[in-house]
Amino acid sequence: MNAQLFALAMFDGIAYAALVFMVAVGLTLIFGVLRILNVAHGSFYAIGAYTAASIGGAIFAAGFSPWLAFPLLFVAAALVGILLGGPIERLLLRRIYAKEDALQLLVTFAVFMILEDVQRLVWGVQPYFEATALQQLGNLEVLGVFYTKYQLIFLPIVAVIVLIGLRLFLRRTLSGKLILAVTEDRETATAMGIDADKVYLLTFIVGAALAGFGGALASATTSVVPGMGADMIVLSFAVVATAGLGQIEGAAVTALLIGLGRSFAVYLMPELEVLIPYLIMLLVLLVRPEGLFGAVRTRKI
Amino acid sequence: MSLRLAVPLILLALVALLPTIAPWSQVVLTIALAKGLAVLGIVVLLHAGQVSFGHALFFAVSAYIAAFLGKAFAGGELITMILLGTLASLAVGLLVGLFVVRYRHIFFGMLNLAVSMIFFSILEKFYHVTGGSDGMQVARPSVLGVPMERAGFETLLFYGALVLCIAVAWGVHRYLESPIGHMLKTIKTNETRLEYLGVSARRTLLVGYLVSAGLCGLGGVLMAVTQGIVTPEYAWWIRSGELVFIAILGGSGSVAGAFVGALVYEVVRTYAAAFAADIWQMVLGFFLLGIILYASSGLVGLYGKLMDRLEGKHKTPAGGAKQSMEPAQ
Amino acid sequence: MRIGLTAAACATALLTSAAAYAADKPAELKIGITAFLSGPASVFGEPAKAAAEMMIESMNAEGGIGGVPIKAFFVDEGAGGESVLAEYRRLVQDTQVDAMFASISSGNCNKVAPLAEDLKVLNFMWDCGTQRIFEENSYRYVFRTQANATPEMLSTVLYLLKTKPDFNSIAVVNQDYAWGRDSWAIFSTALKALKPDVKVVAEFFPKFGTPDFSTEISRLQALRPDVILSTSWGGDLDTFVRQASQRGLTNSSTLVLPLAESSLERLGKALPPGHIVGTRGDHYFLHPEKKADSDFTAFVDAFRDKTGAYPIYPVFHMSQALSALKGAYEKAIAANGGKWPGREQVVDAMAGLSFKGLGREVTIREDNQGVEDMLLGTTIEAEGYDFAVLDDMMMFDGDQVTTPVGKVSIEWLGTLSPDFLNGVNVEMFKHGS
Repeated sequence: MNAQLFALAMFDGIAYAALVFMVAVGLTLIFGVLRILNVAHGSFYAIGAYTAASIGGAIFAAGFSPWLAFPLLFVAAALVGILLGGPIERLLLRRIYAKEDALQLLVTFAVFMILEDVQRLVWGVQPYFEATALQQLGNLEVLGVFYTKYQLIFLPIVAVIVLIGLRLFLRRTLSGKLILAVTEDRETATAMGIDADKVYLLTFIVGAALAGFGGALASATTSVVPGMGADMIVLSFAVVATAGLGQIEGAAVTALLIGLGRSFAVYLMPELEVLIPYLIMLLVLLVRPEGLFGAVRTRKI
Repeated sequence: MSLRLAVPLILLALVALLPTIAPWSQVVLTIALAKGLAVLGIVVLLHAGQVSFGHALFFAVSAYIAAFLGKAFAGGELITMILLGTLASLAVGLLVGLFVVRYRHIFFGMLNLAVSMIFFSILEKFYHVTGGSDGMQVARPSVLGVPMERAGFETLLFYGALVLCIAVAWGVHRYLESPIGHMLKTIKTNETRLEYLGVSARRTLLVGYLVSAGLCGLGGVLMAVTQGIVTPEYAWWIRSGELVFIAILGGSGSVAGAFVGALVYEVVRTYAAAFAADIWQMVLGFFLLGIILYASSGLVGLYGKLMDRLEGKHKTPAGGAKQSMEPAQ
Repeated sequence: MRIGLTAAACATALLTSAAAYAADKPAELKIGITAFLSGPASVFGEPAKAAAEMMIESMNAEGGIGGVPIKAFFVDEGAGGESVLAEYRRLVQDTQVDAMFASISSGNCNKVAPLAEDLKVLNFMWDCGTQRIFEENSYRYVFRTQANATPEMLSTVLYLLKTKPDFNSIAVVNQDYAWGRDSWAIFSTALKALKPDVKVVAEFFPKFGTPDFSTEISRLQALRPDVILSTSWGGDLDTFVRQASQRGLTNSSTLVLPLAESSLERLGKALPPGHIVGTRGDHYFLHPEKKADSDFTAFVDAFRDKTGAYPIYPVFHMSQALSALKGAYEKAIAANGGKWPGREQVVDAMAGLSFKGLGREVTIREDNQGVEDMLLGTTIEAEGYDFAVLDDMMMFDGDQVTTPVGKVSIEWLGTLSPDFLNGVNVEMFKHGS
């Protein structure tokens, strides 16, 4: 493998990692606070993609400026967070926080199954494709190979902004601090007058919106098809478990690890490509059971 | 004989007789029984408070063993398939078990998921060995050396499976009531206490894990020969989720619930796919939500409550099974 | 609930069987159709279902088959193999359908063919591509009312060699499942036999449903093969073509896309001119011999009104299966002295049957395989369409490109020599002429 191929594999890996991170970070945020592993997260991702693609298709066909594609990403994310995430937390998850892990997980599994059919009923089965955002930014030639600026530059920058933004939000703003307090110890936080219900709701909306944002970002690069959520959710599970549950920075590092692992596999051993995320996860957990960045929890007696 | 006992027996007899009235139901019921066996594996682990989201792995291992045996010996022998398939699942169960019994709760679930997804990816990727995502045909095996026609084979499978399930259910019931079974349950309620007693929690869980892997393996072989085809989908995470789904539906922790759940699930699924082809997943999803939110003790728990009302009792019925899924707090 | 449903099922079973024996001519001719109504392959199943409903409605308006109206029952292949088999049994044994159309997925065809034989029900493999079924076993009840992977791939190789005889290197990007692997095996065997000096520079089999081909495209740009083959379909093909054209891969390599007819409209301008597109037969909404036919254009318009899209190849396949059914029944009725035929008589009538769907005539051979002519073309931009359409079309003679009866495709293809290319009958058509 020469330097050129090495560089190409790096670029591809980083672009892919950025997308994976966007989805995984919402999942890990929700787990960190609500202690629920949300299977329906994959559906939020898919619905974000469908929303961006279908609204985009409609407004660009009507002749609006193609630059609207970028604000549209945020619109799609907000719609997913508020219209889906909010009601699901309020009406459903709130009723099951006292139940066992398995039941909580199954509830989100049920939501996932329902949303899969909802997507088909709303958007049908034909693939959607809306790449205006990507076309607006144009291409870039690196080492004789054309890349889209969207994938090579825009996506990684967005991922870094989200990472830093989340960190600042959690550490520097009041809402963020409230979230951290509830994550640390819900009972004490409640006793100190923090409205834990509100914090849960806010976190879930933000987490769902991040998944929707990830889907909206991805919609410019890929066909939006039925079943895209099911694949994404397992991949983000692998990222989140490898990173350590609830670890936001960890998710970034792991996404990068998996993204690079995957693109190098395509160059060196294409047959291994699909195994890479799980192999990385297994190896990491063998050595560090709590994940790369997870903290050891004291066992309760 | 009390009503409480009579109804299950009548239901059992109905299941046994149904294929004579509606021949197409025979295969659906056999598949339900095969899944019921695998669900029983999940139920064993639920007693230890652990949920695996990767047990479809063992289901797939034994199913593929059956397919390879059939391919290697031009049809093969049913009994050999069952024995070797289950044995292979046990072996893989030991290998994976030694590793995962060190973990609990969400990590236990996720690690099982990871291992099963690795197996799933291998099955999909190594097309020339495993047939890739189209899977492998499972040749119809002979039974004790006697070659079989489809109709006879299916009838034999159904009644064989029925007898097998009753025997296995009784065996698992005995296991759960035995001292080692009680130790398994202690992992859920108070693992530290178990360790203070000088019992290795890991070893206890490993035994439970092996039992569950073996049960899934048994179900997998049965499924493979009933279907006549195995695909990587057998090991997919949604299949694992389905097993957990059925366990909760039937009444988690309940041995009978595993089979009741599997039967109801298959029937609902078949009818939903037939009469609501566009929204069968949604139907199942709402069904699952309803069970968790309004009847978290599952179908068996509902039945218990119904019987209590009929018999004029108002207390929760006896039987740890039904309480085990109540909130721990 | 279970008991209630069973009772209901029994009651319907009794009623229908009573009806079947009461009169020779049944009240309706029942067919079961398996198609993907969910999952990625529903891009084929949904149009086919819409087409089946439209065609059956118009057939029934004209008196159905021999005066008997047709009623179709649909089964979702997306629900998984086990559901398909369970539903298949239920339709045959309980609903007592007269014929089954199964299926889109080759995997499901493999499962269903032996079952149909056991249940003694007439089964049309109406859309699946695998060439193996009739090469490995012989069947009485199972027929294929369309071509299979071998003529589809061989005609693609022929078209490529005729239009681009001087290419040197090829890469493949296929979906990682039986179709992707098998079609490449057929294509590469034929290519090596007909043009032995071609270099295969890369073979990629990305996961089915993969959302991102960026890495593969980077590598292909570094390798610069003359030709890139992809037998992918649906969302996978769309994604690949779009990502390839966004990054300029379509400028440096010629794409060969045997299934792209089904993606043309969706791809829009993303598929630039100059790339090779196949139709899995002669399935094309601007069929050069049919586009002046008022029945054909009326159907295309009605289909667009109903679904919002032009008909694609599964629609043609569905028309072939329905026309084969009609043909077989009418032939059997005639052979039966005008009386309604028994099931076995209908199966007998399938031998050597010729029938015409929306495209050219298809004939059933003695191994139950349908022989169908193959149409391919090269993309151009044309007025009136905001997506690529076909030009420089070639129609290959189905008899010549289909594996002879009794031969195994891969072995037969291996015996071909470069002269084969010149011996094949080709008819040429231009867009708009």
